[in-house]
Amino acid sequence: MNEHNRPHTSTEGTSMKTREASGPSKMTARSLWENLKDQSASELIIENLIRLSGISVIVVVTLIFFFLLREGSAAFLDIPLRQLFGSRWYPIEGLFGLWPLMVGSFWVTIGAVVIAVPLGLTTAIYLGEIAPLWQREILKPFIEVLAGIPSIVLGFLGWVALAPIIQNLGAPSGLTAFTGSFILAYMSLPTIISITEDALYAVPKEYRDGSLALGATQWQTIWRVVLPAARSGIVMAIMLGIGRAIGETMAVMLVTGNAANIPEFGFGALFQPIRTMTATIAAEMGEVAQGSLHYNVLFGIGIVLFVVTSGINLLATRLVGGRGKRRPGGRL
Amino acid sequence: MNNGNLELTERRYPASRQNPSTNKRLVGAVLSFILLLSLSLMGCARTNTADSGSDSASGSGEKRAIQNKGSDTLVNIALAWAETYRQIEPDVSIAVTGGGSGTGIAALINGTVDIANASRAMKEKEITAAQENGIEPFEIVVAIDALAVIVHPDNPVEGLTLQQLADLYTGRITNWKDVGGSDAPVVLLSRETNSGTHVYFLEEAVRLGDSENKDIFAPQTLLMPSSVGITSELRRNPNAIGYDGLGYVDPEHEKIIPISREDGMPYVQPSVETALDGRYPLARNLFMYTAGEPTGDVAAYLDWIKSAAGQEIVSRLGFVPLESNE
Repeated sequence: MNEHNRPHTSTEGTSMKTREASGPSKMTARSLWENLKDQSASELIIENLIRLSGISVIVVVTLIFFFLLREGSAAFLDIPLRQLFGSRWYPIEGLFGLWPLMVGSFWVTIGAVVIAVPLGLTTAIYLGEIAPLWQREILKPFIEVLAGIPSIVLGFLGWVALAPIIQNLGAPSGLTAFTGSFILAYMSLPTIISITEDALYAVPKEYRDGSLALGATQWQTIWRVVLPAARSGIVMAIMLGIGRAIGETMAVMLVTGNAANIPEFGFGALFQPIRTMTATIAAEMGEVAQGSLHYNVLFGIGIVLFVVTSGINLLATRLVGGRGKRRPGGRL
Repeated sequence: MNNGNLELTERRYPASRQNPSTNKRLVGAVLSFILLLSLSLMGCARTNTADSGSDSASGSGEKRAIQNKGSDTLVNIALAWAETYRQIEPDVSIAVTGGGSGTGIAALINGTVDIANASRAMKEKEITAAQENGIEPFEIVVAIDALAVIVHPDNPVEGLTLQQLADLYTGRITNWKDVGGSDAPVVLLSRETNSGTHVYFLEEAVRLGDSENKDIFAPQTLLMPSSVGITSELRRNPNAIGYDGLGYVDPEHEKIIPISREDGMPYVQPSVETALDGRYPLARNLFMYTAGEPTGDVAAYLDWIKSAAGQEIVSRLGFVPLESNE
């Protein structure tokens, strides 16, 4: 039922327009035929171009996957698994323990999610449900600017401005997992905000009207009706935000200290320096001789990252797919 | 609420107009990836033909280029050399890039540079890898560097023995009060593992020059991507300790710690003099490597570097010139 209530999609819009243009009876049968032929020729070209770009994505992804496998699989075959998941990463001495890097990526990402999700969701709710139009028109461009800031600039800000603050709070050094998390949170905020806002927007107006008509307050409507209805889109927003956080490299490399350390599990871990998988690849890829074990292990880390992000995406589609396919509003 | 409905429809259209642009961005991304892929393939192809390339470069031609890459410690000297040499030999252009000794040596092994800069000697493993690629590395000492151990100016520590330095960097000592400082945690700073300075420090300080010793840096050591990373963190962190080439240390903002070889022996400040007479324990040779014995332009360039004119630049930048040219 949601489908019918949604505003026109763009394809519907164009077909309506063309029908109007070629519809009038004044037109002779011949020119109508010419028109149609022209249209079908250009349509054929456009269709094939689109198909080609679609296929190229599949080809590229497959190529990446095979390249990763070819270069990285040796890491998993040549190094005993126990060593590969050992606790020490010191490649120049042949210590290839990936565990500290995984833990590092984990903490930075968790920290980023904890900061970004509440901030992102509340911002999106404010933008989509509460803010009057004029405020929204001011806020939206700012969020777009935030999305446009190159990550290295945010990383530099973190290095210059945020790290000293965190050091003053009592951490031995300002270069910690939390510093990275904070930067990453702001990097993934635009993604979370805009997708959540889209999801909220796709909730049919009738839901809100119905809720308000039954005497619910605006907050009750948002919390009990709109948010549950937009649940799948919100999950997607969070997942994509996490994906952005895990994959980010340069900013994280600048501010997390890059110590391949395994902090004790707990809140304090956020204020320890860590080393992420992405930063490790970036820092060390230039140094390795092609074909060496170290080179293979760096690609092995790439495989781990690939698997983790694919897992997150898969989970996201699962969670979203379970609640009515591609129906942004979802079911109540 | 009717008003709200209007807003909704208003907003829909810009949203749907965005779709083609995201699609375009996607296509752009795909195209740039394909471009990148083909470039990297070309890079692979170049690897195989680099030998003949450098041969033709050292032969007679209008524009002869020398590719020079590696150690960040050496990069400033190498740049100064290249700039000065351009005035002497305008037909030869020398492209200098940094990235770390490991990076330069890897490039030499992969055959993509003419000269690799290194702040450490090549390892057995790397020499074998080069030989497998048909490259016989040729080593030239081009300058000497003293490695300064630096702390925040407010740090009260007046001197460290090599043993204390090793204990600090392996994590056996984690509080400054154990080496005569205040009661504060030690924050260890180091270069990344691709840095020759890192490897030199590992061998001479962390392992005290003992090749049987398998100690490595404590896991909590912060690995900085550059010398600047170390100095700027050090300037704001009173608990930090780091190390850097003498030429990169600014004594106004960083405190240089005198180092003693053993307990009871004098603490020595690093300087050109103490590095040359061997009193300062953390002095090392800086190297350039070529594929095989250098010929043509590369040989002329290296000879010039070792000459008095080349070594004058070394001392001007705060490093230690080769003894023979004193």
